[in-house]
Amino acid sequence: MKRIVVCLKQAVDVSQLKVDPATRQLITAGAPKKISDFDKNALEEAIRVKEKLGGIEILTVTVSSEDAKTVLREALAMGADKAYLVNDLGFEGIDTLGTAYILAEAIKKIGQFDLILCGETSLDSFSGLVGSRLSELLNLPQVTFVRRLSIEGDTVLAERALEDVNETVKAKMPALIAVTREINQPRIPSLMMIMKASKKEIVTWTLSDLSVQREKIDPKIEVLSAVAPTMERKKIMITGETVQEIAEKLAKALIQEGVVGR
Amino acid sequence: MNGLSESEGVWVFSEVYDLTLEMLSKGRELADKLQTELVAVLVGNNVRQRANELIDYGADKVYVIDSPGLEHFQAEAYLGVLHNLAADYHPAILLIGSTRDGRPLAARLATRLNTGCVPDCFELSVDEGKRLVGERIAYGGSAVATVAFKSKPQIATVPARAFEKPALHDRRGQVVKLDVRIEAPKVEVVERRPLETSSVKVEEAEYLVCCGRGLEKKDDMKLLQELAEVLGGQVGCSRPLVEDRKWFSEWIGLSGHKVKPKLYVACGISGVIQHVAGIRDSKVIVAINRDPEAPIFEIADYGVVGNLYEVLPALKEALQKQLQ
Repeated sequence: MKRIVVCLKQAVDVSQLKVDPATRQLITAGAPKKISDFDKNALEEAIRVKEKLGGIEILTVTVSSEDAKTVLREALAMGADKAYLVNDLGFEGIDTLGTAYILAEAIKKIGQFDLILCGETSLDSFSGLVGSRLSELLNLPQVTFVRRLSIEGDTVLAERALEDVNETVKAKMPALIAVTREINQPRIPSLMMIMKASKKEIVTWTLSDLSVQREKIDPKIEVLSAVAPTMERKKIMITGETVQEIAEKLAKALIQEGVVGR
Repeated sequence: MNGLSESEGVWVFSEVYDLTLEMLSKGRELADKLQTELVAVLVGNNVRQRANELIDYGADKVYVIDSPGLEHFQAEAYLGVLHNLAADYHPAILLIGSTRDGRPLAARLATRLNTGCVPDCFELSVDEGKRLVGERIAYGGSAVATVAFKSKPQIATVPARAFEKPALHDRRGQVVKLDVRIEAPKVEVVERRPLETSSVKVEEAEYLVCCGRGLEKKDDMKLLQELAEVLGGQVGCSRPLVEDRKWFSEWIGLSGHKVKPKLYVACGISGVIQHVAGIRDSKVIVAINRDPEAPIFEIADYGVVGNLYEVLPALKEALQKQLQ
């Protein structure tokens, strides 16, 4: 039986964030959370591989707080077979290296696997570091920005979307693959799938279950502030009796501004 | 081998030459402030002749690693080279070009060196404690995060066009040719196919006319094309036309192409934060939308409440007339 591990992040839903009007600091505490979109694509891809090849077990791993169980239920409903939650209680503020280290230890404890799938980046912090760090910690071949994936025997074939080229690469499994959002459209679980998922297991571990050494997860960076960007724009609304009049006023303004013509 | 116990030097590396030059300009500033040397790491095949130019662009020293095995970017080979160098010479700061190959490279290097990495910094500075401080877009464009390092080397990645290319001066510097063992690849490249792209990349376009959900049919893109032609620019679209409607393959926005044209015309684009984060560096933004409440108007210099199917042809005509 082949095993695919999907790393999931419970991310802050960035579309629902609020800003403190006085300081312009972002209010992230208490903001709604969801599975990071990119990781959902990774999970969907794992499910599609399983549907195509059969004989595959899909495990998801999350490093988060207890409340991540909700998003893990959703992952199980989509089609994951088992979920692991590493509770980072008391270790808030860990950075990408700490997260990757904890994931690596959790995956070692899970045991044998053939493929690790993750999203190219996360919805909220948008760093795109954890997958790459994890591949290094587990000494795995890694393929990033994957938009198409297939498995032949013990080899994974992937198409990467780069700036100027599309690259087709192959790597021997076990390997780590980071997918883009173009790779698929994640399914929405049916009521039946949601009900079936309630019987699936969520394993909860603490950091001591994984014998994580404290100094290994000391943050290497420090976020000093997260402030809503200000956009100094003129915000001039152009109005007029007819669309021609509006267009002429706008054309004139752009020429006067010096962005059009000389 | 260099027995430096203390980290010193600001290093820049990218497999993309222009990006290397852009990082040299910011690197020069950081190195001067820290009173340390600016080092360019030049990796490739037959790249030696470029070393002197990098000095003229501001580097004090260039490490050249020249080998037929380094002709193309290969993750493990390049990673091994940078890891060996950084482990031997202990740079204080390492700036790496934030390309789709460069960013994973930086993350893996930072892991091997057990250090922090801050990706996609559009601004960099050093604080009183000589720590590197980077600014980057986070939370899908809702925030600018300011991040400081607590470990060395301080590895930051820098996107293309964040900094201006420096001016060329006739300068003196040191070129050091190094032999480094090349690590065996773990991933084999089977094929490389150039993407079908227009001659100018959207990132480099001075004028951009873009549409969103307000566009009713794929063919209607020609309306935008006509205005773009008058302006001498290009067209683009927002993510829903790629993700939901599958009309196009690439979009403008934080997760797609980040642009900074002289003029950005947003037609039928509502203005979600992820899109806005991708266009925030545009000089002038024009928004055309039927919905007077659309958030795009909040970040536009000029707004027109109207139907893009009427406004675009009228604007094209007005510009043609007035530009004559």
